Amino acid sequence: MASKTLYDKLWDSHLVKQQDDGSCLIYIDRHLLHEVTSPQAFEGLRIAGRKPWRIDTNLATPDHNVPTTADERSIGVDGIADPVSKIQVVTLGDNCAEFGITEFKMQDTRQGIVHVVGPEQGATLPGMTVVCGDSHTATHGAMGALAHGIGTSEVEHVLATQCLIQKKSQNMLVRVDGELGAGVTPKDVVLAIIGVIGTAGGTGYAIEFGGQVFESMSMEGRMTVCNMAIEAGARVGMVGVDQTTIDYVKGRPFSPKGESWDLAVAAWQDLHSDADAEFDHVVVLDGSAIAPQVTWGTSPEMVLPVFAHVPDPTKEKDDAKASGMTRALEYMGLEAGQAITDIQLDRVFIGSCTNSRIEDLRAAAAVVEGHQVAKTLKQALVVPGSGLVKAQAEAEGLHTIFTNAGLEWREPGCSMCLAMNADKLGSGEHCASTSNRNFEGRQGFGGRTHLVSPAMAAAAAIAGHFVDVRTFN
Amino acid sequence: MQAFTQLTGITAPLDRANVDTDMIIPKQFLKSIKRSGFGPNLFDELRYLDEGQPDQDSSQRPINPDFVLNLPRYKGAKILLARDNFGCGSSREHAPWALLDYGFSCVIAPSFADIFYNNCFKNGILPITLLNEQVDQLFIDSQAEEGFELTVDLEASVIRGSSAGEIAFSIDSFRRHCLLNGLDDIGLTLEQADNIKRYEQKRQQQAPWLFAK
Repeated sequence: MASKTLYDKLWDSHLVKQQDDGSCLIYIDRHLLHEVTSPQAFEGLRIAGRKPWRIDTNLATPDHNVPTTADERSIGVDGIADPVSKIQVVTLGDNCAEFGITEFKMQDTRQGIVHVVGPEQGATLPGMTVVCGDSHTATHGAMGALAHGIGTSEVEHVLATQCLIQKKSQNMLVRVDGELGAGVTPKDVVLAIIGVIGTAGGTGYAIEFGGQVFESMSMEGRMTVCNMAIEAGARVGMVGVDQTTIDYVKGRPFSPKGESWDLAVAAWQDLHSDADAEFDHVVVLDGSAIAPQVTWGTSPEMVLPVFAHVPDPTKEKDDAKASGMTRALEYMGLEAGQAITDIQLDRVFIGSCTNSRIEDLRAAAAVVEGHQVAKTLKQALVVPGSGLVKAQAEAEGLHTIFTNAGLEWREPGCSMCLAMNADKLGSGEHCASTSNRNFEGRQGFGGRTHLVSPAMAAAAAIAGHFVDVRTFN
Repeated sequence: MQAFTQLTGITAPLDRANVDTDMIIPKQFLKSIKRSGFGPNLFDELRYLDEGQPDQDSSQRPINPDFVLNLPRYKGAKILLARDNFGCGSSREHAPWALLDYGFSCVIAPSFADIFYNNCFKNGILPITLLNEQVDQLFIDSQAEEGFELTVDLEASVIRGSSAGEIAFSIDSFRRHCLLNGLDDIGLTLEQADNIKRYEQKRQQQAPWLFAK
């Protein structure tokens, strides 16, 4: 049999039918829903008089719009001050009730960011196809699943048919060899990768992350990396299944049990690329050469090591790139040649589907413990990814470390990653953020986002500007 | 879905690479539970000088006179010319909804982000990928002549009206068929219901844990 990549195997095992024109019908095992991209899909079902094909594959939770202060959350949906946000959260509840879909509501401890909740519950498993109306669905590829974001029409399509009409992507391998230095995290790895391949470098590809760095990376770290595959243009990011994956999945509420578990584990042994599998494109990085990363511009590819200086557009040979850099520097209020460590910060955000899991919070807490947030900062937020992450962090006393240091400890949700709720940047404010996008206006109108790891964000909160966490105390 | 066969219209050049879907329609407008009404907030942060809010009367807001869509010559444009990696970022289908609601049903660029590209077809918008040189030429054409119009003929898969003559483009045959006929994907897939059920039966034997209630 011809050797296959992990992506080939996942694709082949979900192919329902290939049409003569090359378009394929792909079966979907898990469909995750949230309040922003689903209402129009449910409305479409109602108008057409259609029912969901397989209700048990759907799992919903509100995350984008939910408030994150304990006061607002204590009274349920009535605590959502913004009436338009409230309608979306209420509508998700109504739709799930009408169609019989399991929903973790705002006050359920299992509620959280959909990409944190799925793996945490064992609702996303190795070998599955996982989709959600959210581009960061690639997160679940860390489980050795085929996971990607879809639009609302496709949300409706999956609800109605359990399938998607797809064209196969090409295979890309991003291999990171060697070992990461101390203080260098999965977030730095993925930012460094995007810096190399660019924000459109993965367009049309499914990326598999491989090599020693990923073999020794935790599941949560793998999720951080796969999460940002879309920031390199790839809808799909994934890591092959190994013992780390299986240990992570075992015993979770939705994971198979007993005999089913043994069957599943046996089947999952094959969920990796064959040794001689061919990729259409291979990128290799040296893990030991990766330093903590900071984005300086308005695209995730505008990224540099923390010790670098803001680049000079006049030295860029490509005209289109140079004009993009000039525009970015103007928006960001930065000067060419300025040291990254001289960028003064107004706010710090630790959270998002990229970096709000327990390991992220532990890393941030370890940095801030015994320190105080810089007086020049207006706000430093820590927003756990789910109610269960929050409970775990509190059991470990992390919340006390954060609040003693002057950071705010919040309720779970997407929060300042995209600022659909009240957590946002003011115009012109610089933010060290553990989220995934530094686009213009993403975290608030006129806001200036710098993407970093949780440890780097924590160190920046204490210093008031960027510092190299490797030499921070 | 509205069928797309042929379109003639003013062509507006948006000279900027990596236009993301946050830029096409900012997050505060995603709170709607409808598919329509996003047009006034298309490119909101580029188009207006203030911060837009949902349910606001946008006709009263200060506009950015330098933004291409605010130039009188591009009023009523139906075709958007763009640069590389158009539509990157968030999967929000509100981006094509906003383009359509504004009046754009065709976007021409050297490259598109995958999810956005896919979302266009679900809404009767035709995204056309051309070579960089061809896009450059169309930028020159649309900037040189006031009221410059292109005709996009999907049936023949050509663009007419450029000073460089007819430009052929290619498009996936299934997507072309659906656009030309305004076909609903879901209806087409449901014609495959027997195949889907057959797949489920086979899959349930191989991977029963995926079917546990």
